[in-house]
Amino acid sequence: MDEHNLSFLQTAIEPYIPLGRSGLLPALHAAQNLYGWVSEAVANEIAKTLRVPPADVHGVIEFYSLFYDKPTSRHVIRVCTDVACGFKNADGILNHICKRHGLKPGQTTEDLSLTIEPSPCLGLCEHAPAVWEAGSDQSSVISENGAIHVSLNRRPPSIVGGPLRLLTANCGNGTTSLAKYGKYSAFTKALGMKPEEIVDEIKASGLVGRGGAAFPTGIKWEGAAKTQSDQKYIVCNADESEPGTFKDRVLLLDDPHRTVEGMLIAAYAIGASKGYIYIRAEYPFIIPVLENALKESREAGLLGENILGSGFSFDIEIRVGAGAYICGEETALFESIEGKRGFPRIKPPFPTTHGVFGKPTVINNVETLCNVPLIIAKGSAEYRTIGTEKSPGPKLFCVSGDVARAGVYEVPFGVTLRELLEMAGGVAGGKQMQSVLFGGAAGAFATSAHLDVKMTFEDLRGVGLPLGSGVVMVFDETRDMRDVLKRLGHFFAHESCGKCYPCQMGTQRQMEILARIAEGKTQKDDLVRLQDVGWTMTDASLCGLGQTAASAVLSAMKLWPEIFRDEGRRLALSEVEAMKDESAKSGKPALSKVEGLKVGKKKDESGKKVAKVARAQKPVKRVAAGKKVSKVSKAPKASKVKTKATKNVTKTKVMKKKVVAKKSRK
Amino acid sequence: MTITFVMDGEEVTIEDGKTILDAARENGIDIPTICWHEATKANGLCRMCVVEVEGWRVLQPACVVQAGAGMRVQTRSEKVLRARKTILELLASTMDLSDSPEILTMMDEYGASAERFPDAKRRVSEIKDDNPMYIRDYSKCLLCWRCVQVCADDAQYTYAINFEKRGFSTQIGTFFDKSIPETTCVLCGQCVGVCPTGALKPKRQYLLETGMSPQEISVLNTGRKKRKVKS
Repeated sequence: MDEHNLSFLQTAIEPYIPLGRSGLLPALHAAQNLYGWVSEAVANEIAKTLRVPPADVHGVIEFYSLFYDKPTSRHVIRVCTDVACGFKNADGILNHICKRHGLKPGQTTEDLSLTIEPSPCLGLCEHAPAVWEAGSDQSSVISENGAIHVSLNRRPPSIVGGPLRLLTANCGNGTTSLAKYGKYSAFTKALGMKPEEIVDEIKASGLVGRGGAAFPTGIKWEGAAKTQSDQKYIVCNADESEPGTFKDRVLLLDDPHRTVEGMLIAAYAIGASKGYIYIRAEYPFIIPVLENALKESREAGLLGENILGSGFSFDIEIRVGAGAYICGEETALFESIEGKRGFPRIKPPFPTTHGVFGKPTVINNVETLCNVPLIIAKGSAEYRTIGTEKSPGPKLFCVSGDVARAGVYEVPFGVTLRELLEMAGGVAGGKQMQSVLFGGAAGAFATSAHLDVKMTFEDLRGVGLPLGSGVVMVFDETRDMRDVLKRLGHFFAHESCGKCYPCQMGTQRQMEILARIAEGKTQKDDLVRLQDVGWTMTDASLCGLGQTAASAVLSAMKLWPEIFRDEGRRLALSEVEAMKDESAKSGKPALSKVEGLKVGKKKDESGKKVAKVARAQKPVKRVAAGKKVSKVSKAPKASKVKTKATKNVTKTKVMKKKVVAKKSRK
Repeated sequence: MTITFVMDGEEVTIEDGKTILDAARENGIDIPTICWHEATKANGLCRMCVVEVEGWRVLQPACVVQAGAGMRVQTRSEKVLRARKTILELLASTMDLSDSPEILTMMDEYGASAERFPDAKRRVSEIKDDNPMYIRDYSKCLLCWRCVQVCADDAQYTYAINFEKRGFSTQIGTFFDKSIPETTCVLCGQCVGVCPTGALKPKRQYLLETGMSPQEISVLNTGRKKRKVKS
């Protein structure tokens, strides 16, 4: 039986009827706002109204983790349990809130008054630990835990730093109104230029995408501009979901007009008349801010028909995701706008010719779009004076983890990791730095050996570090890297869409192996197993998610092979904790202190010394991960692993021969 | 129009617009496939057909990538073999392959071990026997999508089935797990025809396999006995 009164539903979903299937996600959101979840009767009604097959509607509900087809409360508390929050007692907070309400994580009270869930990264890493409360503003349950608490009406503060204030000029002091931002002077200047001149200017600026893939923006625009079509689109990718990333949140919340102006310039340059801002549902507090910004622009005649009497028309629609990291992948995002499961498409064809609704589309990240007004206003030549020759412009870094002042830092390309960490006040609590997760969950680990690498695309590529979405997550000497890896493994398994086999099953196996390594229950050959799964995902997956799901793990393997080997088993996590407790009592440090790095206090350290430090740190790692392993047992084990690997190769070669022989028989 | 490119060191000439897989098959080169089917749109899901194309960062699915003039393709590089072997091992650790002889043969060919991943979570579900035509045993489903595609735009336009959940937990399902007779299913049987693993099986075949005799089945299935009694 269905207890829902469907008469309210029709009114709620009526605005989406003209959108057809594309209105499916907005309609499901509207239904959940009413009832908290989507029952069979509600789903059926939506299916009929939007003319979508019921099975497809159900498939969409099942894909997005923030849509529920089972009784769920309108009031949901979600506790982030990803890396940055994980280290700030997120698990403890989740358990505490659950206990208080007599629920287990993922459960709903019988009277449907409350649901409590663990959540993937909420994009609040600089404020970790983080809690998002939907459907209520009562914060009594949470405040006592010291967690930041956001909801529709409770926005997080923005922490902005760094020597530059170009992209973040209006950030840090609440939302900037149109009056304060100014009437889009760069766009007005662009209207006086020919569209192809704008594309040339962007190309000349050397701007590349800031979402992670670093594709040249001007070339993307040119591709879409040259494609003939009756309809083109500009999509702003604000589905910022990469663990450790929160820059787009700050840009949109504090300065929404910069992004809108960037979209307008892009639209005029390629001849698009419609734009979408696809924003993740985990940023509910941004949605009213964006809506208001669009309203201000429309009222000022900067959006809509015949803008500023130029004959150019453009308007923007906001689309809200529903809990799927994969929808940050551009083609999965298009599918989501079209009202489908967020499965990435095979490329080519590329979005510039076949984007959303199969039409030419330019899709850019928020930060990328925020660079556009700057380039047009200053001119590409002046823009290029910022940063380096090959990596021009300002860049936002999301600094979080064990640093004194986590936040968004705007710097010119070319500053070193050391300089950035100094700006952030160095490692928190006077501890030593162990490593930095660089680029995001899909990034790689840096160590103190990388402190003096310049942060540019070319320099980072040289040392095998991806710039990604600008994540710099710092781990101090006490952090167990196995726990970091376990959480990353869980994230990718949770977020894999399940389309292609390597990622669908590989992320699951990777998670299982990393979980047992973290528990100290490593099995024989887990290292080789992880490598095969990792490389198979990297080489053979369909989209960027699968291709980078093992990136951090593979980099950790190079840096700390010992934590993946069988010996790791002998030192369980609990034993490490016990060691720490014991040493705390005796007053001796648990981990033998070496002269390491306290960024900010060792400004004058020479590069030579850093290298020495990097080497000196190695023994610390061994103590942390495999103390009881004697040197004698270690050497043969290592060679054993190698032999096994060689064996595999030999086997493959034999098999190859066999297959070739078979082929020739044909 | 034809184009020429290099596959495994040999020049191959084929019609322009054809895929690498087409080219391989026309030239007697074996590229394994699991999800690919001539009647359904190729989605490049299983990645068994991946090949190494010189100058491309990652391996490419031969079933969808068009052969281009001057391309240099390797169908059995180390990378390709590692990927295929690992994908087969992942499959074996996940689902019941007992009704998939073709995949078991591939496992032998590629030296893939069914026990590669110890303590691995498997996709297990109960057999759904809810209609007179076919049974659904999703423990044997490898998510090739063919059934969903033929039920929708690739053939029947019935839209009775779609996906449940996502990632590793993905499964094929109906609207709120309704039984087949309660859905839009017209029992056309096309999904059963394209299923590569015995996850979808004609009811009669399934009953024969459980040891029932044809006579017992006919009584059970058609209700003929009832009619006989009436006459």
